[in-house]
Amino acid sequence: MFYREAGQFKTNYVSDSAIFPLREDRIGIGLIIAAAYALAFLGNDFLLQAVMIPFLIFSLASIGLNILTGYTGLLSLGTGAFMGVGAYACYKLMTAFPDVNVIVWIFVSGFFSAAIGALFGLPSLRIKGFYLAVATLAAQFFLQWCFIRIPWLVNYNVSGALDAPLRTFFGVPIMGPNATPQTRYLLVLTIVILLTWLASNLVHGRIGRMWIAIRDMDLAAELMGIRPLQTKLLAFAVSSYYCGVAGALLVFLWYGGAEYDVFNINQSFFILFMVIIGGLGSLIGSFFGAALIFILPIVLGIVLPAVLSPFGISVGSDTIEHLRFMIVGALIIFFLIVEPHGLARLWQIGKQKLLVWPFPY
Amino acid sequence: MSFRKLSLGLAAATMLAGTAVPAFAQDSIYVPLFTYRTGAFAGSGTYIADGMHDYLEMLNQRDGGIGGVKLVLEECETGYDTKKGVECYESVKGKNPVLVNPWSTGITLPLIPRASVDKIPILSMAYGLSASARGDIFPWVFNPPSTYWDGLSMIIRYIGEKEGGLEKLKGKKIGFIHLDAAFGKEPIPLLQELAKDIGFEVALYPVAAQDMQNQSSQWLSARRDRPDYMIMWGWGSMNGAAVKEAVRSGYPMDKFYSVWWPSEDDARAGGAGAKGFKMLNWHAVGTNFPALQDIQKHVVDKGLSKSPKDKVGDLLYNRGVYNSLLIAEAIATAQKITGKKAVTGEDVRRGLENIKLDPARLKELGLEGFTEQLVLSCSDHNGHRPAFMQEWDGAKWVKISDPIEPMTDRVKAQLDAAAKDYAEKNAGWPKRTEPCDKAS
Repeated sequence: MFYREAGQFKTNYVSDSAIFPLREDRIGIGLIIAAAYALAFLGNDFLLQAVMIPFLIFSLASIGLNILTGYTGLLSLGTGAFMGVGAYACYKLMTAFPDVNVIVWIFVSGFFSAAIGALFGLPSLRIKGFYLAVATLAAQFFLQWCFIRIPWLVNYNVSGALDAPLRTFFGVPIMGPNATPQTRYLLVLTIVILLTWLASNLVHGRIGRMWIAIRDMDLAAELMGIRPLQTKLLAFAVSSYYCGVAGALLVFLWYGGAEYDVFNINQSFFILFMVIIGGLGSLIGSFFGAALIFILPIVLGIVLPAVLSPFGISVGSDTIEHLRFMIVGALIIFFLIVEPHGLARLWQIGKQKLLVWPFPY
Repeated sequence: MSFRKLSLGLAAATMLAGTAVPAFAQDSIYVPLFTYRTGAFAGSGTYIADGMHDYLEMLNQRDGGIGGVKLVLEECETGYDTKKGVECYESVKGKNPVLVNPWSTGITLPLIPRASVDKIPILSMAYGLSASARGDIFPWVFNPPSTYWDGLSMIIRYIGEKEGGLEKLKGKKIGFIHLDAAFGKEPIPLLQELAKDIGFEVALYPVAAQDMQNQSSQWLSARRDRPDYMIMWGWGSMNGAAVKEAVRSGYPMDKFYSVWWPSEDDARAGGAGAKGFKMLNWHAVGTNFPALQDIQKHVVDKGLSKSPKDKVGDLLYNRGVYNSLLIAEAIATAQKITGKKAVTGEDVRRGLENIKLDPARLKELGLEGFTEQLVLSCSDHNGHRPAFMQEWDGAKWVKISDPIEPMTDRVKAQLDAAAKDYAEKNAGWPKRTEPCDKAS
């Protein structure tokens, strides 16, 4: 009723190719962003620290993988390792140059990850599909090996772990134990919004269309004058950049300290599941996927005991954990059966239905 | 549309649940227990979880808590996963926990810098960051009763004594099979230093976390190198797999030593061939103590425990009991110092610093002879207690040595270097501001 195309005329090409052609959508996205910022002041520490910050970070990593897997059609199992490169690069940079603001280093660390990603993307020119997945798996194992074996990466720390030193931004601590969840949340949120905006412009523009052309049929794309090598490597580089920044955020703005094991193969799968559940080739899908895979288990962990205890059923923490696994697993299968193209497609269908509501057509 | 509703509902539920932290009455002490009964490490974690829970529950049932204040116990399942561990920490933080026990080095590391900010002490019992034994640098972190460096020096000293003196180790070859993570690599600098000074040779066999259950290549190398002794630093399924592989490759088990983490199940994995396998330990096995019998009477028999009856008193169960003994003693000491009943995290930090578990106190607690005495202080958060060697006889652990003293001077050098290093690397590491209590 309120969500109508009627009366909104497109009078030039710019408005015709806008990402959000509908006024309602633009208002909606503005409201969501405003609400996200308001949450910093309304939410409690648990919501910010244990739910929202990791959710945003995983969304960013999913966007990274989505650029590679969803938009360019190159399957990668090295996400965890590329995140690790970003985290270790950020650690080296900020300990070597402590006077430069750490926000700069978070953005710069992504470039190291991009370079490594492009290097491991080289085989993508010759191999595709599962074969490429195996090649990126090699990246995962090799980089993880480096994280363990090169003590230089952690400045010869005895504990072998990364830890977030105290860093400030105009006198306000933004990193380290003294940084409040609020400031860290605001920082993560701003970075994620900025990079999502950038990604949205990339995938909707010339570069994005090149990626999509390669994904849909690389031979045809080549005949049309798209260079496969440059395009694929660019996809690897951009994807790894996002993953690298996400990795730096993960260690320094969420955990505050971590071992190499955070960037293991499970992390890669975790992100890949988010992308598949959320929807391949969709930015909003990356957020949905992260929400379903990461937030849902937390919500279940809180809701299940609350639901069960009034019935006099007290369940142990381990039973809750098993239940979480079962319910999340069942939901993943359910969503994939209902909509094989992921939650993003469901969202799109919902919006289309809403446009014509109350009529079915 | 249904999605918008669903997501709104989810968001609302999250916020509600996040804010609706149960308000505990003033006259209770909230003790969260981070445990793992699921995941790759559940085989070890379940016993520890049961032991920790049952001892504190026994205090609740028998004495009505500590000092008349009931303990509110809550388990949070970490699955030995850092992500979930940090989530657990955030979820308990708002409920005024008096301390946390992460039970994983990976979870301990991110919590160390937060401890002083959130005023929640960390009790990482013989794991975590060894350097945190320095109370002057890490006032909020405690890792009694021994560090891994202490453990390694005890094993070397024991081997040396068997050979007839440390200098007899000259020319021998010692294999070190370890989990390829911070935990397993920690003793290596000390091992290499000792190797240089005494003149033995070291062969390292790292086991990556993902290959814990498949160690055939490491043991194949060990067979080729023929080390005179093998020392193991493993956890979870790595220990059992190592014992099995050692038996299979025909390594003489009486020359196979381990740090304090293998369980009965790990030794059993090797079958009859595992006889002679040795490990360090610092507390008794079995239920032959009044306190453990009280656990059976007040907790297990009443069906309040998740543990099968015959597992009470197992090695890792008693390890959990020891952990809870420290928790309980810290709370009791804090009550004594402050005169308060419902103590806070800050009080319990002082309680931990003033722990004095001497034989008389242990007897009072019904744990006479359960363990060595442990005295912590303002500067020493570890105790560096000696441990004894025990041997697997095919069915149970048998204590085979008197307490072995660690090589304190060497350990201290490692410790000071590591602590200094940590504080330096973390520019702006806060100076200790908490005053020391006078030795009471």
